[in-house]
Amino acid sequence: MIRVELPAHLRTLACVSGEVKVEVGEQATVRAVLDALEVDFPMLCGTIRDHVTKQRRPFLRFFACGSDVSHESMDALLPEAVVRGEEPLLVIGAVAGG
Amino acid sequence: MSRVRVLVGTRKGAFVLTSDGKRDAWEVSEPHFAGWEIYHIKGSPVDPDRVYASQSSGWFGQVIPRSNDGGKTWETAGNKFLYDGVPGTHQWYDGTAHPWEFKRVWHLEPSLTDVDEVYAGVEDAALFRSSDGGQSWTELSGLRGHGSGPHWQPGAGGMCLHTILLDPSDPERMFIAISAAGAFRTDDGGKTWRPINKGLRSEFIPDPAAEVGHCVHHIAMHPSRPGVLFMQKHWDVMRSDDAGDSWREVSGNLPTDFGFAIDVHAHEPETIFVVPIKSDSEHFPLDGQLRVYRSKTGGNEWEPLTKGLPQRNCYVNVLRDAMAVDSLDACGVYFGTTGGQVYVSADAGESWKAIVQDLPGVLSVEVQTLP
Repeated sequence: MIRVELPAHLRTLACVSGEVKVEVGEQATVRAVLDALEVDFPMLCGTIRDHVTKQRRPFLRFFACGSDVSHESMDALLPEAVVRGEEPLLVIGAVAGG
Repeated sequence: MSRVRVLVGTRKGAFVLTSDGKRDAWEVSEPHFAGWEIYHIKGSPVDPDRVYASQSSGWFGQVIPRSNDGGKTWETAGNKFLYDGVPGTHQWYDGTAHPWEFKRVWHLEPSLTDVDEVYAGVEDAALFRSSDGGQSWTELSGLRGHGSGPHWQPGAGGMCLHTILLDPSDPERMFIAISAAGAFRTDDGGKTWRPINKGLRSEFIPDPAAEVGHCVHHIAMHPSRPGVLFMQKHWDVMRSDDAGDSWREVSGNLPTDFGFAIDVHAHEPETIFVVPIKSDSEHFPLDGQLRVYRSKTGGNEWEPLTKGLPQRNCYVNVLRDAMAVDSLDACGVYFGTTGGQVYVSADAGESWKAIVQDLPGVLSVEVQTLP
């Protein structure tokens, strides 16, 4: 199970508190995590990435094990610590907007 | 006794204000969707407990919440607004071609006859319809396909479709308005559209009498006379007596004819309300005095309504969707300000009282009159 920490507004939208956990296959990638997240929480569709292009929304970032992985391929494998559930994948709203 | 429910969209959430028919004592809800922009929130005329909202954020995009209990609880409907086919381009601020991009929903207009049918006016300008309570959306692409679409250009607030009027006497007819393209009408349920801007003059565009390109701010209609339309344009208050085929100016003695909001009395189709704003570069009332102006003659002759409104040091704005009327007798008039006040007049504008003083900036106000 991959642990995912969502920003507060998306936790409210998804009606969850704290981290969520999603099941992905052998290829533990950001894309696979988002696919699983949108199946479990369909109200999040379109809020993290575009419906069609699947591009990350501009003011959101993905962090894993202290590193910004937002600009890596969506199909890059996540760090082992995230795969093993020792560290969460963080979805973070950029500090922007004044 | 009848009740009223006021649905308020703000920069940081939605609020539901309720009162009995006296409209004197009010209950104010906690914020719904706290932290999100609520451009519009409106109830169904078929079932007033069905309420739709436009919830958006620069971070997380568009969400469409739906309530089945008058705004007490909400569920998330669909937010997939995809333009039909290849979207093409419109003009950007500098006149270059710019691809059509969905940004947000400005206005939601529930059907007059079907609780699950609702229209959405969006930025970049397009009209969508849902027939399943907001779960899925289909563009009525005949509007952008009218032919003038590539020449539309955004106003300062974006290229938004902000006004949707459904004709109660003809289910095939509706009116929409776009900043800054102008007003359009369909007579075949949204398949085809034509611009209805004859008589508008906008001195700030290359051809002041152009077929499209006018910055229409809002249009209002009385349901008993759907062929009579009242428009607050960027500058000028206008009137049409032929369903938009032609317009004439009725600004008359207004101290300034710039503004955003306009509405019609619930029981007197010739009585209309506007809130004059100083100018396009100074979006606040003239002389720091917040005044609603009322015409009982369908325009041209206006009287200021000031009792209970701040008459000094007031520099708020009243946005296009932030004025509404109830259908009680006497007609109640409501408006919200960018300073977070929502005012009510329970006597058709004679006197005013603030329901709330300190909400986030108000984007929209809608009123439901309940049994």
